[in-house]
Amino acid sequence: MNQYASWKYILILCSIVLSLIYVVPNFYGESYAIQIMPIKSGGEIETSALETVESSLANANLINTGLIYEPSNIKVKFNSAEEQLKAKSAVQDALGQKYVVALNLISNSPTWLSNIGALPMHLGLDLRGGVHFLMQVDLSKALDKTTRGYLRDIRLSLRKDKVAYYDAQKNNDIIQIKFKSENDLNKGKNIIRDINPDFDFQEIYLDNEIILKIIISNKTKKAITEFAIKQNLETLNNRVNELGVAEPVIQQQGLDRIVVQLPGVQDTAKAKEILGRTALLEMRMVDEEHSDTATIEKAQNGAPPFGTELFYDRFQNPILVKKEVILTGERITNAGPSVDSQTGQSIVSITLDSAGARIFKEVTRENIGKKMALLLIEKNITEVITAPVIKGEIGGGRVQITGMRNAQEATDIALLLRSGSLAAPMEIIEERTVGPSMGKENISKGVQSTIWGFIAIVIMMIIYYMLFGVISVIGLSVNLLFLVALLSVIQATLTLPGLAAIALTLGMAIDTNVLINERIRDEIRNGNTPQASIHMGYEKAWGTILDSNITTMIAGLALIIFGSGPIRGFAVVLVLGILTSMYSAIFVSRGIVNYIYGNKRRITKLSIGEIFKVDNN
Amino acid sequence: MEIFRVKKDIPFMSYRRISAVISVAIFFFSVLFLITRGLNLGVEFTGGTMLEVNYPKTANIENIRTTLSDIGLNDTQVQNFGTTKDVLIRLPITKNLSIADLSEKVSAALKASNPLVEIRRVESVGSQVGDELYEDGALAILFVCLGIMLYLSMRFEWRFAVAAIIANLHDVIIILGFFAFFQWEFNLTVLAAVLAVLGYSVNESVVVFDRVRENFKRMRKVAVTEVINNAITRTMSRTIMTHLSTQTVVISMLIFGGEILHNFALALTIGILFGIYSSIMVGCPIAIWLGTNQNNLSVIHSNPNKKI
Repeated sequence: MNQYASWKYILILCSIVLSLIYVVPNFYGESYAIQIMPIKSGGEIETSALETVESSLANANLINTGLIYEPSNIKVKFNSAEEQLKAKSAVQDALGQKYVVALNLISNSPTWLSNIGALPMHLGLDLRGGVHFLMQVDLSKALDKTTRGYLRDIRLSLRKDKVAYYDAQKNNDIIQIKFKSENDLNKGKNIIRDINPDFDFQEIYLDNEIILKIIISNKTKKAITEFAIKQNLETLNNRVNELGVAEPVIQQQGLDRIVVQLPGVQDTAKAKEILGRTALLEMRMVDEEHSDTATIEKAQNGAPPFGTELFYDRFQNPILVKKEVILTGERITNAGPSVDSQTGQSIVSITLDSAGARIFKEVTRENIGKKMALLLIEKNITEVITAPVIKGEIGGGRVQITGMRNAQEATDIALLLRSGSLAAPMEIIEERTVGPSMGKENISKGVQSTIWGFIAIVIMMIIYYMLFGVISVIGLSVNLLFLVALLSVIQATLTLPGLAAIALTLGMAIDTNVLINERIRDEIRNGNTPQASIHMGYEKAWGTILDSNITTMIAGLALIIFGSGPIRGFAVVLVLGILTSMYSAIFVSRGIVNYIYGNKRRITKLSIGEIFKVDNN
Repeated sequence: MEIFRVKKDIPFMSYRRISAVISVAIFFFSVLFLITRGLNLGVEFTGGTMLEVNYPKTANIENIRTTLSDIGLNDTQVQNFGTTKDVLIRLPITKNLSIADLSEKVSAALKASNPLVEIRRVESVGSQVGDELYEDGALAILFVCLGIMLYLSMRFEWRFAVAAIIANLHDVIIILGFFAFFQWEFNLTVLAAVLAVLGYSVNESVVVFDRVRENFKRMRKVAVTEVINNAITRTMSRTIMTHLSTQTVVISMLIFGGEILHNFALALTIGILFGIYSSIMVGCPIAIWLGTNQNNLSVIHSNPNKKI
């Protein structure tokens, strides 16, 4: 009755061998490396870049200990941190602006292991050091911006098709347009529907006018907010790329939040500045009709004429600008610093996408001789960079922005415009920074707790349960092996609470074996034969084990559902640990017991420690 | 070796009046401390900023305080953390500074006053996140309680489910009571420990109840208290061994785990110790009091353990 079919032994052996393979990468350690990535996220490395990297390293007399070339990045390993730093600057100089070079640590495990997906456990920021930001996206601003855009499009379209309207304005996310006649209203509605077929209309008939309320449907609102988050994620990706961080994490969390994790980054001030920059470029027309001194003075006192706003240029001259936005930075596909060949001034030349180019062409054609202002909005401060007179129609979508103070400013602004603007402003609502030494200390603390806890359990179990104790301990070791292998395979993020959970799981997993061993003792105490006792012990303990593990599992699942960050790491390990312990403590330990006792015909005694006889009612 | 050598069953249930008094008293004091002193909540819950900094030599706490008040931060809490070289600084949320700016400002000021300082850890949490964590924590506890009760009602019956969950919540309240009394910091990791205790200490009740159910089938004409006494006595050896091993690991965490895991391990220790007591001396008496007997257990649920 205590014999396992051979397939069960094969299964046990296979699972152990497989786990060993997947655990191995954790013990290889890491070497210093540089990682070369294209500056545009998602871009590919050109083959010529690889040659440049190799030649620049050769020129600097730096010997690499391994080079991994992938379409998305190149990783080069070195022997020391010193060489790594030298290599970084050498390679960055050689490659120029198109690529970013980041410092990284790369596992030394052989490539055949990584090829089968055997990677070291993914360490959380509290174990490897770095910065974690949780950012709240202000979606109402995105909605506001899009509504403003709709208002602009509606005005342009109505004007273009010569539909008579007056007074178009927006009230939160509702656009109101007044028409004089039913005929105009219907024509207008058709045009507006072309802009977005999901608009809901509501008409109010008054004595001599009809008010059309354009309501943005919930479906559109959802699309707007989804787009805003997507745009912000992409922008953050680009900006983080410019920072040069290896293996960053940029993810949406919940409806309106974004998590940014930058392993290894220590300069939090710089990271915050680059991530949080909300530079926005807007092109608007200057309101020249109202730019008389009296009106401007009035505007300076806080009462600008209707539909305009007052801003200042770099020389503190007040400029009255229309509220209507012609183009925003979103339409920019590329931006770069350069020098005006005629004046020698620093400029930023930008390329617009096709829609942007079309709008720009139209606006410049219609407004020849008028002034157009370029506004830069940063940290809620709006500044007019330049307000040139439109000399003629500009087609092709290539625009030059003059008025830069110096070359550095041109470079900075170009970078900001290139990496894209945020569709909605964000605020950091959670920050966690862990220094690199702290990370290493945390690992050693977690590992030490686990090791010493494990050793103590081993001693206790063997003293108390003798051979069965040894079997339980083997089961526990296999459990640890499975757990670490599983964590490595699924690449779950291991945090310090996660390490604590590994230790705790060991302490709790032994409960299964204790239950079994105590049951076997019970059965012997009740006068059963050793073989029957083993059989009954395992069978009777099963129900209890299942119940107690399921209740712990419920707690673990609650933590996964409601927990966040490091706590979720704790819960994931706890839940996985329960699963592996069920397998190892019941299936594997039974296998060993069967192997030792199953084939013996006569056993008079089990090595399970002393059994005290009691009176049994 | 066998630690637990008893010939006759220990009459645990005859002490249930005394234990009831003890439990009510502990419970009362825990609630009292929770109300009067309250929990010393970590920044994750209250919102605010916490910096852990390290100096190469013994840190001058007074100096740090003045540095901070020089930049306009008066409502600060500066204290040693583990060693005399490590300092923990806690700052509440300020109205006119975002949390991102606050941590930069503090780091810069500390570095300016002593360039050798190492900023080891910064944790800044906005108020909205804190409120959410509070809510999520409460939801998690509720979810665990309901989940366990539902499962135990299915596997045993409602009387056991209610008894087990009361025994469990008793442990949770006591852990919270300890944290309130000693004003140990209650942070997210401690909350995780509390939830782990909820899941773990119910095991104890499950093991005893499982034996009770089995005994009901075996010991047909014996009084309920006798049946329960026997179940507890027979599972005593397992109880001690299991908790001893778990506690060993937790002690190892207390010794080697450092400051971050310290309160986590403390919560687990209290949870484990009171878990043993409560599942025996709280859970079982409640099960009796609710009217558990042979008829409502063994008849409805025949043996579900037909597996392996």
